[in-house]
Formats: sequence, structure tokens, C-alpha cells
Amino acid sequence: MKRYSIFSLIGGAFTGHANWPRAWRNPALKKRYDAVVIGGGGHGLATAYYLAKEHGIRNVAVLEKGWLGGGNTGRNTTIVRSNYHLDANAHFYEFSLKLWERLSQELNFNVMYSARGVLNLVHTPADMDAAMRRGNAMRLNGIDAQFLSRDEIAARIPDLDCSPKARFPVLGGLLQPRGGTVRHDAVAWGYARAGDALGVDIVERCEVTGIRVERGVVTGVRTTLGDIDTAKVGIAVAGHSSRVAAMANIKLPIESHVLQAMVSEPVKPVLDTVVTSGAVHFYVSQSDKGELVMGGDLDFYNSYAQRGNLPMIENVVAACLALFPAFGRLRLMRTWGGIMDMTMDGSPIIAKLPVQGLYMTGGWCYGGFKATPASGYVHAWTIANDKPHPLNEAFTLERFAEGRTLDEKGAGPYPWAH
Amino acid sequence: MMLIPCPWCGERNQIEFTYGGDATLRRPAPTAPQSVWVDYVYLRDNPCGPHDELWYHGAGCRSWFKVRRDTRTHDILASAPIDRPLRGEGS
Repeated sequence: MKRYSIFSLIGGAFTGHANWPRAWRNPALKKRYDAVVIGGGGHGLATAYYLAKEHGIRNVAVLEKGWLGGGNTGRNTTIVRSNYHLDANAHFYEFSLKLWERLSQELNFNVMYSARGVLNLVHTPADMDAAMRRGNAMRLNGIDAQFLSRDEIAARIPDLDCSPKARFPVLGGLLQPRGGTVRHDAVAWGYARAGDALGVDIVERCEVTGIRVERGVVTGVRTTLGDIDTAKVGIAVAGHSSRVAAMANIKLPIESHVLQAMVSEPVKPVLDTVVTSGAVHFYVSQSDKGELVMGGDLDFYNSYAQRGNLPMIENVVAACLALFPAFGRLRLMRTWGGIMDMTMDGSPIIAKLPVQGLYMTGGWCYGGFKATPASGYVHAWTIANDKPHPLNEAFTLERFAEGRTLDEKGAGPYPWAH
Repeated sequence: MMLIPCPWCGERNQIEFTYGGDATLRRPAPTAPQSVWVDYVYLRDNPCGPHDELWYHGAGCRSWFKVRRDTRTHDILASAPIDRPLRGEGS
């Protein structure tokens, strides 16, 4: 692997940047691997990287049916945070945020982590109680949380309508200063390049069509490029987890739903914090290119279509204009959709499955991007040790039957809670 | 935008409706074993293709009814009142 540095950049400049090598190989699929990871998004590539780096398992293949990072890794709104209430979630996402903070150095690839702060607006006294309670829980778990008054928010975010006449009056907000954004594509590329350098085979346009199980034990996978023998298979295909698990006759507590996101035309810097509102369920940040990146609710019907319908776009834009009337002159430039694994308690599943040698990281609802490094780390640990890491002990598949759900929202068994 | 065919009111804009999820679930008897209840409460087929589902026409006739919709394309294949079978449905 050619190391990226200021010197390699200067060297490249002298040759017109014409001689940069490929960032990762394009290997042919082998007949046998020590472990196979299904899914070449951030989670799958991170899993392979940590298998090679932390556990010395380098004979690993990542199989991707499309192209790297072409699923939800390239479709999210790039927000990272760890402002969770429940202990299991808080510890897991805080570990993830700590990995984000040094990921560029770890991978020798600039993932553009920007700790610009994630602010959850408070609009009602009930919101206020919930934000205070969550903020205190975060601080008890050693996570940064800060309550901002209405005046502090008005000074920090001048375009936000904090007037008493606002449609959704702002009473204050819970800020996580270390939260922010990361360049999503760079996460896939960085993990791919670093994993490849350690010997991981990344094979694109290779769809898994079956999982071979003999007497309850995984023996390999069938793909469009031929069969592979392996004793360990990790599934990292959130959005399609139900379909891949079904190849091993496993039924999951998951529904697939479409979530849309959208960007405005690019403008000069106008918003330097990630602003979210639970009351209208809306979030917005400004990308480095200047676009306002926005999202809101699911479309609220089962879907594998990777595109949604107009009513939800109208809903998101209406929420945006209620909070930021100044954005009313901007034009929407692009909208898209991604498929979410919506679990029955809103928390992920990172676990051994009931087939020996089969593991999964999925069920991310729509909070999977920020989990990418930790998901890969503990998924790799679970695959290597055949038992969960302490940070994913609670994220089992069995928790639903055992009554140990991690229901952050307190909504009950309901797969389309957001 | 989806036009959803309410069996009573005809095709209407999707914003008049609320989604109710998988229509094939059947509530088990109270005495059924726990595994059957876990299956009913938590597990879903989550098909990629035709999906039988419940919708509620809240801004119209306020009736629950069944729709068969393709989850890959959002095309609606059939609809039926809540107590009638969808085209090709067994029971």
C-alpha cells in the first residue's frame, strides 16, 4: 500500500497526479477462505479490516453484489453521534465515536471527521424533561452532553427561528459537541484500502445466492462467481438482512423500509452544527460542498425499492422551513432513498446466529452509519472468538424472545417507530 | 406518489392512509406456547416482492382493508375489504 502523506501528495503533484496506484487490488475469487463477509459497505469492509488487523485472520473475502459503498454507506446523511440513553447503546456508540475520532490516522485515509456538534432541539416541556434525562444519563456514562438555552442556540445558529412566534418554539437544546459528520464514501474506501493491504480480498459484482449449511454448521457460500468453502460467514447487508438470513432458514425480527434523504443546491457556509428536532423528526447539516443535507421520517411502508414517494419529501421540507424560514429560497437539488432494516425494538443485532459459524451485523434501523467502526470491530471480534464482545453482548437475536429488548424509544414491538 | 385503491372509496392519494403492516399475521390463542407468541409479535417474513398488508383510510371511510403491493416497485396488485380474501389468497 502506498502511504498517503504530505510528501506523497507533493511527489504526486510533480508528476501531474498521473501515477497514483490503485487503492486496492481487484483479486480473483479463491475457492477457500477462513472467513467470508457478505456485503461490501462500511460495516462489511470494517469487519474484514478488523478481522485482519485485530485477530490475524487475513484469508478473508468481502463479497459485494454491486460496488463498494453503493448501498446505505453512500446514501446516509453522514451524521455521527453517541447521544443515547440506554447503557448498552450508549457504551457501544461512544466506542464508535472514539474510533471515528482517530479513524483517519488509523486507516491513513482522510475520512473528514468534523466534530461540529449535534444539537437536538427542545420544543415542549416534555421534550425538555426527556432531553435533561438523556443528557444526564449520557454524562453518567462519560459522554459529552451540554444543555443550551434558547439564547445560546439563537447566537450559535442565527438562521434558526428562535422567536416566540415560531411554529415550533425553541425552548433549548441538548448538544453533543463531539458529534458531527464524516465523509461517508471515504469510510468505505478507507476500510477497503486498509483491509486490502492486510490481505483481504474484496470482490465486487459477486452476489451471494446461497449459504451452505450441513447439520447446523456453515460450510460455505454459493455466489454468482462460484462456490466458496468457509467455516465462518458474517452478514453485513443491512436493508436486506432478512433475505440473506433466509438463505440459512433464519427468520429475523426485521422489516425493510425506505428512508429518503435530500440535498439543496450548494450555498456558502450557513450552518455549522448538525441540527435535529425530534418533535418534527427532522435533521439537517451542511456538507463541505455547501449543500444542506436533510432527512426525516421513513415512508412508513415495507419497501426494497431504494426510492420513496413525494409526500414524505414535502413533509421533510415543510419541517425544514418551519425551523429555518431563511432556507425557503433554496432549491432542492437531489433526493434518494435507502432500505433500512427496521428491528422490533429499534436497536441493532450484532450476534451469533442459530447456525454454527454464521454471524450478522444488521438491524441498524436508520442509525447504521455512525456505528460503522464499532460494528465492524465487535462483529470481527464475535466472528474470531465465536462469542460476543462485551460491547455487543446485549445485541443478540434471542433478546426478543427473552424479553431483553433495547427499546430506546419505549415504543414496544413496532418496526416503523421513526 | 402511490394511489391506493380503497375497496369502498376507490383510488385515493396515499396521504389519506395509514400503514398497518403485514396482513398475514394471525393472533395466536392466549394458551399458545411462548414460541408461537414470539413469532407473532416479533418475527416477519419481510418479503422482497408481493406483500399482503393492512392500510387504514383515515381521511376517507375510516376502514381497515387489505392491499397486495410489490415491495420492489410499490406497484399495487390487488386490494380487498378486511374480511375478504385478496385475489389468489387462500383463506
